[in-house]
Amino acid sequence: MQAVEPLLLSGNLAIAYAVKQLDVDVVAAYPITPQTTIIEKISEYVAKGELKANYILVESEHSAISACLSAAASGARVFTSSSSQGLLLMHEILFITSALRLPVIMAVANRSVSAPINIWNDHGDIMPQRDTGWIQLFVESAQEAYDKIIQAYRIAEDDRVRLPIMINIDGIVLSHTYEPIYPISDSEVSSFSPWNLYSTRLDPDNPLTMGAFCYPDYYFETRYQSAKALRDSLPIISKVDEEFGKLSGRSYGITSPFKCDDADTILISMGSISTTVRATVKKLREKGEKVGMISLRLFRPFPFDEIIKSIKNAKAIGIVDRALSPGAIAGPVFTDVTSALYLSKMSIPAANFFVGLGGRDVKMNDIEIIFDKLKGIAKTGIVKEHSHYIGLRG
Amino acid sequence: MKKLPNWNEMEKGFITRTLSESINKTGTWRTFKPVIDYSRCTKCGWCIVYCPEPCIYSEATKDGKVVIDYDFCKGCGICAEECPIRCIDMVMEE
Repeated sequence: MQAVEPLLLSGNLAIAYAVKQLDVDVVAAYPITPQTTIIEKISEYVAKGELKANYILVESEHSAISACLSAAASGARVFTSSSSQGLLLMHEILFITSALRLPVIMAVANRSVSAPINIWNDHGDIMPQRDTGWIQLFVESAQEAYDKIIQAYRIAEDDRVRLPIMINIDGIVLSHTYEPIYPISDSEVSSFSPWNLYSTRLDPDNPLTMGAFCYPDYYFETRYQSAKALRDSLPIISKVDEEFGKLSGRSYGITSPFKCDDADTILISMGSISTTVRATVKKLREKGEKVGMISLRLFRPFPFDEIIKSIKNAKAIGIVDRALSPGAIAGPVFTDVTSALYLSKMSIPAANFFVGLGGRDVKMNDIEIIFDKLKGIAKTGIVKEHSHYIGLRG
Repeated sequence: MKKLPNWNEMEKGFITRTLSESINKTGTWRTFKPVIDYSRCTKCGWCIVYCPEPCIYSEATKDGKVVIDYDFCKGCGICAEECPIRCIDMVMEE
């Protein structure tokens, strides 16, 4: 790896820069805060001729994802991006994209959902997309967002995978914060993620139909096939991350356990908040507290075994959720982690911590409060209340 | 009956190739079946024009007999309704 000059970019601009280097063919998106500057920058690249892509102006997010799906069906490399209400409007097409096995790449700048209108960060928009069959990655920094966009095309276009991918960046926190980005060169990008033209695509010389009407005798097998591909993609995602590490010196892992080996209490979180958790763990370790953390970088497929391996010696675990799941037992991440515990015949006490909804700041002090509660649980082994709403008034 | 493919024997996505209609017969939905009374049929071809499938055709013989392809006929009854001399009967499927 040769030394490169860093670029000062926000998370959104870092993504746009990666998309330009990846030489995508079709971009269709509709502006929505906090994602807008991604597609704004890409439109500028296209206008200046720096990216030779077909930039489709659409009238809604529903059309944006439909245009991307169709372009991908013809074998084009595509990109789109959305947030919040826009992502919700894409919802029905997301299922179609994964079932048709089309490698559409989308950056999602995570934002809360209405009502009331709020443009700040939480995971309220992404959790309703949980079961759409997409690979879902979460990142902690703009650099990681840049790196994951490059990896995403290689993963998605891999014939063993052939699934769409969402790269989730925390809105405002990552999308609009500038940091030094160390890019890899254009030639490194094109050799790491070469355009992989798949055989099953719309082609006038070899006509075919995708996703036509299907009787009960074929539907189950078709849906199972894409769900199975999503489960099986986990080692491939992991391998691509490792190989990217060899190229760039940056490898992140899937769950990135930190100080988990001898930890009594472990906190599991997703996205930029994990950086705050890691800093808090370092601080508490200096005081002699046996704490650890996991940054869940891959949400779908859910890294079941990797989590169990890291938490098996803990006396209490906490799971951070940044979206409510009204009427459910607990938050979506908590439900997945505790299912993994049950299936592994482990009965580690677990508690769910809801934080940072609608962009409310989560500080190290909040994380210390969480670890304090976990310490109490670890001591007694009893979870009196499994859902905690940190910072909620009243 | 032909064994249906397992999930891993199917192409990725739900792909239908051209000429798949020669494999996948779609005429199994019918409740009523149109039957032409050939003693009265004038071969006017009106039913061929109206069939939405289209699965009625005139045989490529000198005789030009009008026939219904029951592998694809859904039994909609439009041919029976439109036949100018009413020589097509809708008969309940056995």
